[in-house]
Amino acid sequence: MIQIKNLYVDLKDFQLQDVNLAVKEGEYFIILGPTGAGKTVLLESIAGLYPIKSGEIRLRGKEVTQLEPEKRGVSIVYQDHVLFPHLSVKDNITFGLKLHKQTKQETKAALDWIVELMGISHLLNRKPDTLSGGEQQKVALARALGIRPEVLLLDEPLSALDPETREGVQKELRHLHNQLKVTTIHVTHDFEEAIALGDHIAVLGEGRIKQVGTPEQIFRQPNSEFIARFAMARNIFSGEVTGKDNGSAIFHTKGTELTVVTDLRGKLHASVRPEDILISNELLHSSARNCFGGTITHIADRGSTLYLTVNLPPDFICLVTSRSFREMELAEGKKVYITFKATAIHIF
Amino acid sequence: MTFTFILLGVVICLFIIVPLIKMIAASDPGILLDTLLDPQVISAIWLSLYAAVIATIVGFFLGVPLAYLLARTEFPGKKLLEGLIDVPIVIPHTAAGIALLFVFGRNFWAGKAFHFIGIEFVDSTAGIVIAMLFVSVPFLIDSAKEGFKKVDVRLEKVSRTLGASPWQSFLRISLPLTWRSILSGSIMMWARGISEFGAVVILAYHPMIASTLVFERFETYGLVYSRPVAVILIIICLIIFIGLRAIVHRGEKT
Repeated sequence: MIQIKNLYVDLKDFQLQDVNLAVKEGEYFIILGPTGAGKTVLLESIAGLYPIKSGEIRLRGKEVTQLEPEKRGVSIVYQDHVLFPHLSVKDNITFGLKLHKQTKQETKAALDWIVELMGISHLLNRKPDTLSGGEQQKVALARALGIRPEVLLLDEPLSALDPETREGVQKELRHLHNQLKVTTIHVTHDFEEAIALGDHIAVLGEGRIKQVGTPEQIFRQPNSEFIARFAMARNIFSGEVTGKDNGSAIFHTKGTELTVVTDLRGKLHASVRPEDILISNELLHSSARNCFGGTITHIADRGSTLYLTVNLPPDFICLVTSRSFREMELAEGKKVYITFKATAIHIF
Repeated sequence: MTFTFILLGVVICLFIIVPLIKMIAASDPGILLDTLLDPQVISAIWLSLYAAVIATIVGFFLGVPLAYLLARTEFPGKKLLEGLIDVPIVIPHTAAGIALLFVFGRNFWAGKAFHFIGIEFVDSTAGIVIAMLFVSVPFLIDSAKEGFKKVDVRLEKVSRTLGASPWQSFLRISLPLTWRSILSGSIMMWARGISEFGAVVILAYHPMIASTLVFERFETYGLVYSRPVAVILIIICLIIFIGLRAIVHRGEKT
């Protein structure tokens, strides 16, 4: 669907170099990277909004490297939505529809379709500056999707939203993508967002693609320091959440069942921070719902703290102070217990 | 400190307001009315307003595209060009008039070319228009430029991805979002055009615009006969100026 070969973009301060990507038809593709990695520029290059020094971009096999943006069929949604401030919600959405030389009936039908899909019929006559962040986002998505683009580009779509809205929008993006199957490239600096949404993830750092793979590959075998740090700092597991009669939920991952607190169900990911895990020599009886026995398989000394890998299985990375480490006489091969609260687990 | 600043502020406000009020208040209503019915005065004021409108329209079509380029693009010598555009504001306007006369007089190719298509600049309305254009267009260009700078370039980018050509993006997104800056720049330009005397008088003493007429009456008949013309010019300009600014500001609130 999208092939990018040896793309080189000059950004004055630094360059995007040797960018090679292949995105399949209908895929939800994530570009993950820290702030300033050139993610937005990469998106704008795909949309034809950034002059390209060298390299090649193909859409459905057709070379579009120098094609004008209006002829590409690539829609973009920016982090802060960038709605046309002087136009109503309705005019924002029909802006693109009318340009696609449709008859009045076709425009109306397309408008009704997307408005219905996004559930924003009550907003049509409002001006953008009267909308909440979540509403603006929906309108921006409606405007981008209304023209039935071949590719949808999302520039940090969740970063500007507050945490409660974010979870809803994330679900919504998943849902929309499942319905429309439009090839999507989503740029983010949020590791968990990337893992939750991506069919494939490309890691971008210092203007280069560092790694491409499935979410599982990215957090199991990170080949860059940036990703390794994230993966280390999180203890990420993939698995499935099922509900129990008493309202709590169980996360099933290879070999272990964790008690978690979430309304989500199905194939998901769980993360728990190393600093939230308690290590003890004896089984603890406490209010914490998760307590497991395991063996220390690896120790990484970081000075005043140490990272221990405890294998249940799976492997949990736990943080202890060097003092605790000494006093508890921890060592590789020793059997210990790890304890953490159900609320310390983030499901995404 | 605040007190000192207020005091200094009051001094400069009085300096601006007192002469205007004094001149209007001291006028004999009878003479004012006579002046208002004087065909020479009416035609001079009309010519001032009209020529300044033409200059502003020309300035709009030539200046707004340049303002857009200056706001959106970087090129070598841009700073120099921006400085040059503001030069008409700082040079003496009689000097500006002489410079224009050199170029648009019949001894230079530009003047010859216009003569060829039937436009004369010496002692003509066209001469008044270019004199006004020269000294006042920087106000419009600067204001439009600042306006375009405030429009998020990504609005244009989104518009392009939605299928709009560069022209369509400009006409339907950038221009409507800048109209307030352009309008207020146009008002400034128009007002500056009306108030022009130095450059106009060098190029076209006749037909006479209001400021030239004030000068001639003052030279020929003295203060008493020049004042009513000046008063009427000021009142008319104030009414139109305040009216237009009110329109711009009303848009701001909504």
